[in-house]
Amino acid sequence: MVPLWAYLLLSGFLFIVGVVGVATRRNALIIFMSIELMLNAVNLTFVAFSRFLHSLDGHVFVFFVMTVAAAEVVVGLAIIIALFRNMETVNVDEIHLLKG
Amino acid sequence: MEWALFLTFALLAGAAAVGMVLQRSPIYSALCLILTFFAQAGLYVLLHAQLIAFVHIIVYAGAIMVLFLFVIMLLDLRPEDHPPVRFGQAGMLLGLILAALLLAELALGIGPRIILGSQGSYDLETLRMLGNTQAVGRILFREYLVPFELTSLILLTAMIGAMVLAKRRPE
Amino acid sequence: MVHGNSQNRFYLLSVNRELRTVNEGFSMENLIWLVPTFPLAGFLVNIFLGRRLARLWVSWVACGAMGISFGVSLGLFFHLINLAPHLRHLEQELFTWIRIADFKAAAGFLLDPLSAVMILVVTGVGFLIHVYSIGYMGEDRDFARFFAYLNLFAFFMLLLVLANNYLLLFVGWEGVGLCSYLLIGFWFERPAAASAAQKAFVVNRVGDAGFLLGLFLIWTTFGTLQYGEVFHQAEGLHGVLTAPAGGGLSVVTWITLALFIGAIGKSAQLPLYVWLPDAMEGPTPVSALIHAATMVTAGIYMVARSSPLYTLAPFSLAVVAWVGALTAIFAATIACVQNDIKRVIAYSTISQLGYMFLGVGVGAFASGIFHLYTHAAFKALLFLGAGAVIHALHHEQDIQRMGGLRPHMRVTAYTFAVGALANAGIFPFAGFWSKDEILFAAFNGGFYVLWFLGLAGAFLTGFYMARLYFLTFEGEYRGDPHHAHDIHDAPPTMGIPLIVLAVCSVVAGFVGIPPEQGPFHQFLAPVLHHGGAAQAAAHGLAVPMAVLSLLVAGAGIGVGYLFYVSVSWRNVPEIWAARLQGLYRVVYHKYYVDEFYQDWVVGPLDRLAFFLWRGFDVAVVDGAVNGVARLMEMGSWGLRRIQTGVVFNYVLSILVGVVIFLGYLVWGR
Repeated sequence: MVPLWAYLLLSGFLFIVGVVGVATRRNALIIFMSIELMLNAVNLTFVAFSRFLHSLDGHVFVFFVMTVAAAEVVVGLAIIIALFRNMETVNVDEIHLLKG
Repeated sequence: MEWALFLTFALLAGAAAVGMVLQRSPIYSALCLILTFFAQAGLYVLLHAQLIAFVHIIVYAGAIMVLFLFVIMLLDLRPEDHPPVRFGQAGMLLGLILAALLLAELALGIGPRIILGSQGSYDLETLRMLGNTQAVGRILFREYLVPFELTSLILLTAMIGAMVLAKRRPE
Repeated sequence: MVHGNSQNRFYLLSVNRELRTVNEGFSMENLIWLVPTFPLAGFLVNIFLGRRLARLWVSWVACGAMGISFGVSLGLFFHLINLAPHLRHLEQELFTWIRIADFKAAAGFLLDPLSAVMILVVTGVGFLIHVYSIGYMGEDRDFARFFAYLNLFAFFMLLLVLANNYLLLFVGWEGVGLCSYLLIGFWFERPAAASAAQKAFVVNRVGDAGFLLGLFLIWTTFGTLQYGEVFHQAEGLHGVLTAPAGGGLSVVTWITLALFIGAIGKSAQLPLYVWLPDAMEGPTPVSALIHAATMVTAGIYMVARSSPLYTLAPFSLAVVAWVGALTAIFAATIACVQNDIKRVIAYSTISQLGYMFLGVGVGAFASGIFHLYTHAAFKALLFLGAGAVIHALHHEQDIQRMGGLRPHMRVTAYTFAVGALANAGIFPFAGFWSKDEILFAAFNGGFYVLWFLGLAGAFLTGFYMARLYFLTFEGEYRGDPHHAHDIHDAPPTMGIPLIVLAVCSVVAGFVGIPPEQGPFHQFLAPVLHHGGAAQAAAHGLAVPMAVLSLLVAGAGIGVGYLFYVSVSWRNVPEIWAARLQGLYRVVYHKYYVDEFYQDWVVGPLDRLAFFLWRGFDVAVVDGAVNGVARLMEMGSWGLRRIQTGVVFNYVLSILVGVVIFLGYLVWGR
């Protein structure tokens, strides 16, 4: 049987890849995909812990994470479309709207 | 056998994830991510979470990634013409150090320190008897009914928000 | 803790109640909540929709709410009458209001003979005054707001008398205080009204502080605020409660004294009475409802309700009786020389409230409540009659500028005369029965000084009532000649309540015959079982005593007649005032109590507040706040550069933070 730490290690690796993606890429869409990857890494830990704790609460939380992820993607993509329409780019380096 | 399957899926997921980050073209990135999701679904099956595995494929590969591809094509995004990594060697070094630290911390943090709490009542036998879907459904609609119903509100809000944001306003 | 006996009784009560519930399908106590709910509903409708509704609708909603409430009260009253005396105790617990650790307060209602009498007075007199207000406030532009406040007041007052615990009573207590404030200051454009409202509010706070201390003491002593539990424990804890605790006084004495401070404030007794005369700045129906018939009697109600505690504290009872008697005569002397028609009645109210406290103070709780009930009728009548006069004379309130009004406004004059006779305690009007009973109880209990003070007060009462009536309605008109021709009686909405109240002022006392044994007292006996029991002995003296007090009051009226009507004595008041100039001036200026408070209480407090404002608040508090703000501003001026607007920088800082945090978790410990 594959032990728990193997799953956690894989999950950690996927999470860090997602972090690196967010930190290095300039394309807003790819940043978004990286975030999805991080969320999935967390889902993997939920399911893994569920399996090893003989509990199903982790599964329920995966459902909730999926819901939030779906909502986030919908709103995020809408924002990206709106941005692209106004600024003709999805390059985050060229977007400084957060500066007060 | 289990180890073999796990390693296959894990390597596939890891490689596809790295590929997603390194690809210049958003389309290829998205395809890599889909591959990661499929590998992850395999891992879910290995963990006896069949329902999650299929919901995962339906929601992520079927809905979310299609939406991504749709937006990429709608915006007609070309591969970036500048290098995907945007800092010099010093920055690169710093980033690598950070990533290595993080990985080390995670590995050290999770490896020897896992303390499993009290075991729940859903061991493999029970799950086999109940059926995975029934078991999850039961817990979802009994103990988590209110949060579960509330998620519908989140989705509704997101839907309305997306429409408002993406609507082209008349000039 | 609790007597086995009373526990059994309690048990029987609850069993019996359950049986009745089963038999009838629904039980009457489930309807208690309806009584305060209708005025609340009326308030909500009128406060939110009143501006858009026609005046007719506003008045129908407000009066209808009170009318229905009165109907329900009557139904509950007859239901209570039909029960056996020992079963007349209906409790309805609505919900648990507060529960913090050991502390539990429930919102619950209690209907027993005492609260039944009170809700009848509140809803009955309240209904008549609502109807009267339709005419009196007819031209006011804030018609709806006025009725909304009146309904809100009725709601809180009913809450006060129906509560089954001290905390809910306190809610009603503060609520009526709030409504009193809102209604005294109803014409808040007038500076006098606004400051009178503030004065009433602030002076009542002083009393409320004492009341709150009483509540705290009850809680720490008994561990509950529920009447039933407190009183049953009080019986069991007799020895503990009456043992000397602090300052040589027992715990129960401290409790009752603290509660009485609250009653002093609310019921305008010495030395906290000063707000009531000023409260006359409010519309006259308000004076009739709040400052004569209902709210100011809340103190007497509360003391009577707490009679099981007061009977354990003879010292507190003596204090109550002395404060009452002194207030009765003190306010009566002031009433003799005031010229504002409403202020005379206001001082008369203070004086009569003093009689009620004298009654409960000498242990005759039922007599005090009896006087409360008759007083509600005739004092409301007097105020409403005064209102009709003021209305007819275009807001003239000085009785020196009135006179000779009887031929023009006969209904008002005759009903006012009835009210004045009842107030003076003339046989067979209502006031006679109740006031005489109080005086007799004082005499019979051996409190001869108190009795004499009360008797002297009765003389003054007869005098000032005669003076008020004669100066207003008899003689010749001394006012503005322009208004002389159009003086006329009030419209029926004002006239009918006057007549009804006049009838009540005649007959209300008959339920108290024979004195201390009448149906009224027997009805109240299960609640106020301590009252009147000791006095049953010397009934041989009852008739002579009654005749004596009747003669004294009649003498007062006679002197008033000689002074203000008889032609040959025309100049006597002026001569006497001149001869006793010093005394007259002191009394005319209300013993300079307001000036004393202004110089010795309000002034120093003002200066202290000014110092705290300028010296402490502005310099220290504001300085500190502004200093902190400036520090933040300077700091953020430097930190502002970090905010680049580039998402990547934010991600990087989050990442570094995560690494540091995880590093601490892994290696740090």
